[in-house]
Amino acid sequence: MGDKNLGAAAKPGQHRPRPRSPNMQIYRPQLTSVLSVVNRITGVILSAGAVVLVVWLVAAASGPQAYAVIQDAMASWIGQVMLLACTFAFFLHLCGGIRHLVWDTVHGFELHAIYASGWWVVAASLVLTALAWGGRAWLGS
Amino acid sequence: MTRHLARNTRSPLAHAIGLGSTRSGVAHWWALRVSAIALVPLTLWFAAALILHTGSSHAEFTAWLRLPRNTIAMVLLVVAAFHHTGLGVQVVIEDYMHSTARFAALVLLRLGCIALALAGSLATLAIAFNG
Repeated sequence: MGDKNLGAAAKPGQHRPRPRSPNMQIYRPQLTSVLSVVNRITGVILSAGAVVLVVWLVAAASGPQAYAVIQDAMASWIGQVMLLACTFAFFLHLCGGIRHLVWDTVHGFELHAIYASGWWVVAASLVLTALAWGGRAWLGS
Repeated sequence: MTRHLARNTRSPLAHAIGLGSTRSGVAHWWALRVSAIALVPLTLWFAAALILHTGSSHAEFTAWLRLPRNTIAMVLLVVAAFHHTGLGVQVVIEDYMHSTARFAALVLLRLGCIALALAGSLATLAIAFNG
């Protein structure tokens, strides 16, 4: 790492090292960079959630016994914690994704707009997660 | 540059065309956006359904999924979700994995997404057409 990868002139017959991505750990975390990383991590979490969705559908198609196994696993406290984490990850990825789609229209790139939309993503995800679980508790009682 | 020309009479531009983002980058970028837009209403529908039908019995859940609008929405959700997952996780693999592990991971990802999209769709259709 370090100097030997940066701009050292290649000697004849020697492969010049490719430039590397910035080493993230040397930067102070900022809302912009943290949300970028979060969008990626939540995407990976939701990929696992999509696999659970398929398992759930296949269990339901297999019959009441298999369905009951999945329902019991979901109702356990580990299942509930994972479902809550998936809910929050889903809303973060949804709101972050909408922010990306707005950027794709070449809007909202001013520094203040980037920070404003970033905090909106965080706030909206918290509120939507609370609404989803509040609504669930209200309907379930 | 001189080394390049000594080996190959093709211009650097001709050498670069067909590699990297000039090959399939735009199609990948566009497909990720299109599947994202499809997933906005589909995932919100699914989240609402989860809230409304939490703790449903097997009979209640299958009766709900059997309604044509729910069958269609679930199949669309599963297909769009695994299309989007395949495109998104591909970028993560390409960024962080190298050498042969990357190749194996990309093949597994592609096959896994196709298999899971089909499994989810077929399970939904099996419920819809069973009775």
